[in-house]
Amino acid sequence: MRVVLAEDSVLLREGLAGLLERFGHTVAAAVGDAPALVAAVEEHGPDVVVTDVRMPPGFTDEGLRAALTLRRARPGLPVLILSQYVQQAYVEEIMGPGVGYLLKDRIGHVAEFADALERVAAGGTVIDPEVVRQLLARRRDPLQRLTPREREVLALVAEGRSNAAVARALVVTEAAVAKHIAAILAKLDLPPAPDDHRRVLAVLAYLKG
Amino acid sequence: MPTAPARTALQALVRNPAGLLWSPWPWRSLAYLLSSAPIGLLPVYLPFLAYVYGILPAAVLAVLVVAGAGIPVARFERLRLRLVDLDPLPDPHAGPRPPGLRARVRARLRSPATWRDFGYALVSLMALWWIDLSVIALAGGVPAILMSAPFQPDASPVLGAVLAVAGFAALPVAAYPITAWAGGRAVMARAVLAPRDAELIEVVRSRARLVDAFELERRRIERDLHDGAQQRLVALTLTLGMAGLDLEPGSPAAARVAEAHEQALLALAELRELIRGVHPKVLTDHGLPDAALDVAGRSPVPAEVDIALPGRLPAPVEAAAYFVIAEALANVARHSRANRCRIRGRLVGETLLMEIRDDGIGGADPAGGTGLAGLADRVAVVDGRMSVSSPAGGPTLLRVEIPCG
Repeated sequence: MRVVLAEDSVLLREGLAGLLERFGHTVAAAVGDAPALVAAVEEHGPDVVVTDVRMPPGFTDEGLRAALTLRRARPGLPVLILSQYVQQAYVEEIMGPGVGYLLKDRIGHVAEFADALERVAAGGTVIDPEVVRQLLARRRDPLQRLTPREREVLALVAEGRSNAAVARALVVTEAAVAKHIAAILAKLDLPPAPDDHRRVLAVLAYLKG
Repeated sequence: MPTAPARTALQALVRNPAGLLWSPWPWRSLAYLLSSAPIGLLPVYLPFLAYVYGILPAAVLAVLVVAGAGIPVARFERLRLRLVDLDPLPDPHAGPRPPGLRARVRARLRSPATWRDFGYALVSLMALWWIDLSVIALAGGVPAILMSAPFQPDASPVLGAVLAVAGFAALPVAAYPITAWAGGRAVMARAVLAPRDAELIEVVRSRARLVDAFELERRRIERDLHDGAQQRLVALTLTLGMAGLDLEPGSPAAARVAEAHEQALLALAELRELIRGVHPKVLTDHGLPDAALDVAGRSPVPAEVDIALPGRLPAPVEAAAYFVIAEALANVARHSRANRCRIRGRLVGETLLMEIRDDGIGGADPAGGTGLAGLADRVAVVDGRMSVSSPAGGPTLLRVEIPCG
């Protein structure tokens, strides 16, 4: 995959470029601010964009706004957003197919990170577990009907994992996971859907409320 | 009843009216009021000037007199106040002076004491001096007229002598209105020219400066940690993670690197918590509502956030409000046994009004060892107020008001 990378810390930019190459991807461009990111995407037409939220000149949410702009111009462009902290308002605005939102600390888990990037590039949705936890913490009412186990399952589902992956993560059988998910969807008044991806979107739609 | 000797003319009059006549206070008061005469010399020519040269030049001159005489008149008022008020008189203009004439003038113009001086000088020039002299004239006038009777050309010697004796007998009465007016005027002069709370105001202001400096330092530490150590640690975990991939699984080196990787991840998590405690990044970047959402999202007790503000608040207010929310939520989780909690924040006029309520068991006591006293301290340093309603059985409502002006 050809990747355009935007990160203002040189140290981290080099590290990320090394990581991406280690997993067999090509870094088409590695830039340090939002305007350069937009220009680099125009120039290289990458398969996926990895961007930091907070970049010069304003050091607030330049990367995120650049990602929104890019996705408006090129619908479906996969974008993996790296943030220092959870900012819920923007999560809700940008999330959709082909978007990932991870906390920067997650980069250290290199294999998970590479996996998340590939899922995003394939049009999947990846949300940092911490973000999911916070979103869940915020919208309690119908979710309070869920058991703790069901909430765990929902958090994993919201990360874009398949039933098999959820089963592995929780060390239970796939059949048990399927039962949990059916219960969750029923409790949340969401019609069951066969497709994993649509299931994530259903969860998201609920979270956005 | 023995009392402490009077320190001011008014005290002398009120505490021992009969003894007043044998005290120096009437004479001091008389001297105080008479010393207004020189002040009267400044404006007394103005009507005359207006008559001769027209209103406009006289008005201009009046402005010049007030502007030029403001500070000297106030100084003179302060000086002669000692006649009727023995208490020490702090100079409100005392204190360190900034170097340089311009800086000194600017500091003077910014000081409220300067403007109080001008105000008092204005009143003194326009009104007080003739009231002072009128009081003397009216109080002393009747005895003086009576005493002058023998010297009148058409008075008989007997009548003149009787009237003179009566006038002389009435003279002490004049001591009372003169002392009363001088005493009252002195109280007013002290209140305006040398307020007793001037030092207190300065202390409050220096405390506010200290809080500001402290806040600035916290933000600097947060920025340094975030831009430096945190980025480095993320890069380190990344490098170690990649090193782990390249090593043969199960080898001793792989185990060591995995362990190092784990340690680095822990250090990163701890650093993140540390930064959050010093001054959270989300607060610096996005302000109170987003920071409140962040802290509420991590609360074990579900917390609903409803903070609507027209814009960013002053940094010390944001920080104080944030830490109040964080500490309050921690308290709710520790002590309240609440199922839910609600945080509401609004700007009412120039004041940030926050309410944090939970449906717990109540009984929160600010005097107890809970974090409530610490919260109150945090709020107090930004001149805010905190109140708690927490009856046994609940619910608990914490209300915080912080001025943002």
